[in-house]
Amino acid sequence: MAFKPALDDGVYLRESVQTAAKILVVGHFAVGKTTFIGTMSEIPPLRTEEVMTQAGEGIDDLKGTPGKTTTTVAMDFGRLTLSERLVLYLFGTPGQQRFVQVWEDMSRGALGALVLVDPERLEESFPVMDLVEHYGIPYAIAVNRFDDRPNHEDAEIREALDLLPETPLVNCDARDQRSSANALITLVRYLQSRLT
Amino acid sequence: MTTPDEPDQEQAATPLVPAYVITNGRSLLDDDEFSLITLVTTAQDSPSTQHLDPEKRRLLELCSGGHLSVAEIAGHTQFPVGVVKILLSDLTQAGYLITRAPIPAAKLVDRNILEEVLHGLQARFG
Repeated sequence: MAFKPALDDGVYLRESVQTAAKILVVGHFAVGKTTFIGTMSEIPPLRTEEVMTQAGEGIDDLKGTPGKTTTTVAMDFGRLTLSERLVLYLFGTPGQQRFVQVWEDMSRGALGALVLVDPERLEESFPVMDLVEHYGIPYAIAVNRFDDRPNHEDAEIREALDLLPETPLVNCDARDQRSSANALITLVRYLQSRLT
Repeated sequence: MTTPDEPDQEQAATPLVPAYVITNGRSLLDDDEFSLITLVTTAQDSPSTQHLDPEKRRLLELCSGGHLSVAEIAGHTQFPVGVVKILLSDLTQAGYLITRAPIPAAKLVDRNILEEVLHGLQARFG
């Protein structure tokens, strides 16, 4: 049973790593979360599945149609070892309201969230922004686009998303590592600024 | 940007072995015992694994190579996260595994952690 990955491909963390931190990469379906995580991760991105069932009711459901009542929610994530002792995990989190179970799990212990938005489909970002705010996760907005845009659009996006003046808004090409890293750096600087 | 590789957000679950069989009927954990980023590896002097269920032996085999997060263990084994947490919890209580807990919630806004994240990102990508 080949469950153990090959030892030489960097699957395992360095022995010295003591601390794990987590940042959420959130946004509506197909906004580029998976691309962003793939761009930044040091390991091939992994996918986990949360089975959405009522806890403890599995036994009673034995006579039901198999698979009828459960739904799985897939999450992609990646890993970045940032120092000898610290590893950062990036979790892509679906933005649908009905996945609150997943959000409770994901938001616990998160440093903050990067909200990827598509400037052509801003209204699709409303549910995920409601969730981020509901769970009190500090966030920055990353506008996923490929080209430079005129500055006046920043104000339009801020207004459409009803952002607070201090909420960072940064351009980000999720395919580009430097651009994606810059979006994360913007978020972390914002998290730092909230401490002062 | 559209990403064709992004997973469908929901799909019918058709596991080969139902979760409640793998976990011997135990319900899913609903506490902070294991988070997605709790780091796990095998204990130095772990007991014999002969009597363990095959799923638990698979987890131990995976964990024997070094530290991995709970999420990575779920990703590599393709077991649902809730199931993995239960199995890891059992194995830890039985002395097979040791864990490194994630940062306590009270320390999340710790200046030092944010500073370390920032420096790490800048050093790698700046």
